[in-house]
Amino acid sequence: MDDIRKAVKNMCMDANYHLGSDMLETFRSALAEEESTVGKEVLEQLVENAEIASTQKVPMCQDTGMVVAFVELGQDCRIIGGGLYDAINQGIREGYQEGYLRNSIVKDPLQRYNTGDNTPGVIHLELVQGDECTIHLTAKGFGSENMSRLQMMKPADGMEGVKDFVIETVRLAGPNACPPMIVGVGLGGNFEMSAYLAKKSLLRPVGDRNEREDIAQLEKELLEKINQLGLGPQGMGGRTTALDVHVEVYATHIAGLPVAVNINCHASRHKTAVL
Amino acid sequence: MSAKLLHLPLMEDQLKDLRAGDRVELTGSLYTARDAAHKRMIETLEVGGILPFPIVGQTIYYVGPTPAKPGQVIGSAGPTTSGRMDLYAPKLIELGLKGMIGKGRRQKAVKDAMKEYKAVYFAAVGGAAALIARSIKKSEVIAYHDLGSEAIYRLEVERFPVIVINDIYGADLYEEGEKNYRIKP
Repeated sequence: MDDIRKAVKNMCMDANYHLGSDMLETFRSALAEEESTVGKEVLEQLVENAEIASTQKVPMCQDTGMVVAFVELGQDCRIIGGGLYDAINQGIREGYQEGYLRNSIVKDPLQRYNTGDNTPGVIHLELVQGDECTIHLTAKGFGSENMSRLQMMKPADGMEGVKDFVIETVRLAGPNACPPMIVGVGLGGNFEMSAYLAKKSLLRPVGDRNEREDIAQLEKELLEKINQLGLGPQGMGGRTTALDVHVEVYATHIAGLPVAVNINCHASRHKTAVL
Repeated sequence: MSAKLLHLPLMEDQLKDLRAGDRVELTGSLYTARDAAHKRMIETLEVGGILPFPIVGQTIYYVGPTPAKPGQVIGSAGPTTSGRMDLYAPKLIELGLKGMIGKGRRQKAVKDAMKEYKAVYFAAVGGAAALIARSIKKSEVIAYHDLGSEAIYRLEVERFPVIVINDIYGADLYEEGEKNYRIKP
């Protein structure tokens, strides 16, 4: 339990200070290709911001997010010394306190009292083979979270319907979601499974393609079409609206075609620990 | 394209030269407020109370900074989504608010108020919070302490980098930018 608490605490801080190298590389290549002057200016600021945050160990964004933990627990792994959920929340508490991260969680969606320690996080648990415990942790900002959408489409809407819904979601999100963004798509399953898949797809590194050839193709096509929207960095006009699109699929019902789009801002913060 | 330098508080004359898309660097004092502080300000006005700072000519920055580390003036301090303040903004503009800094689209009611009462909406780069914090030289909570990171701060800024989204003539950079770069399928 102590190992989990410590790992979560460190990941909360690291995720908020150090942007992944995949993201930094993408910023630089986008900068080379961006045509809009204001778009270039924005991208330059983002590169500089990431450098300042990393060197000075300060949060890259003031919205240090709601913590989402994806736990892959080996069925032969035994947690001793206390509960898994308590260990994760204690890690969040310590990480946000010691790391000077903002407490952005309210206890109740209507009464809205801040919990004062950024807990609780959202925890997803998956049981896997083996004796390891892997934790993928993300600090998810709400500027982009608020612009996410889910639609229970009809099977007849098919591939074209799915594409239109994803692209329309990005267009509606526009500057509010802090582009350049990462677009996570969950296709199939049921209502909650599609949302879960969309969120989980955001854990994949930028540039990583789905193993299925047809889905990889869909990802590429969506990325191209989204970047034709013209929104650009921060929605001020330009070529770089999305840095990547990740699609995850799951079996679904004969009557349904659930599609969930979860948008992540350019401060795509996630870390992984294997215990 | 070099940035225009502007001093805060803003005068109506200064706003006449600003156009959507201009890069601007702001120097002077401004106030922070997010959803909770806006709600409280409007509720105060509704019962005939007075605002915690004189609003005429002022600029409000929509931000909830992270806690300052020892030795820092302020923590990371990038803009939050402005749309959540749309319900409250027209009233403040009517009372003399001249500038707003945030990110994201504004509703028509806010844009109309900006045109009618001459106010400007600037965007700072969302997520460039560590960079922006460097242009904040002083920070002091002046009201609503109990709101924590949502309290009202008075900030002294130097060359705070922003971009004009909505000018006093009704132009909107988000609409123009998207139109200019859109590739029709």
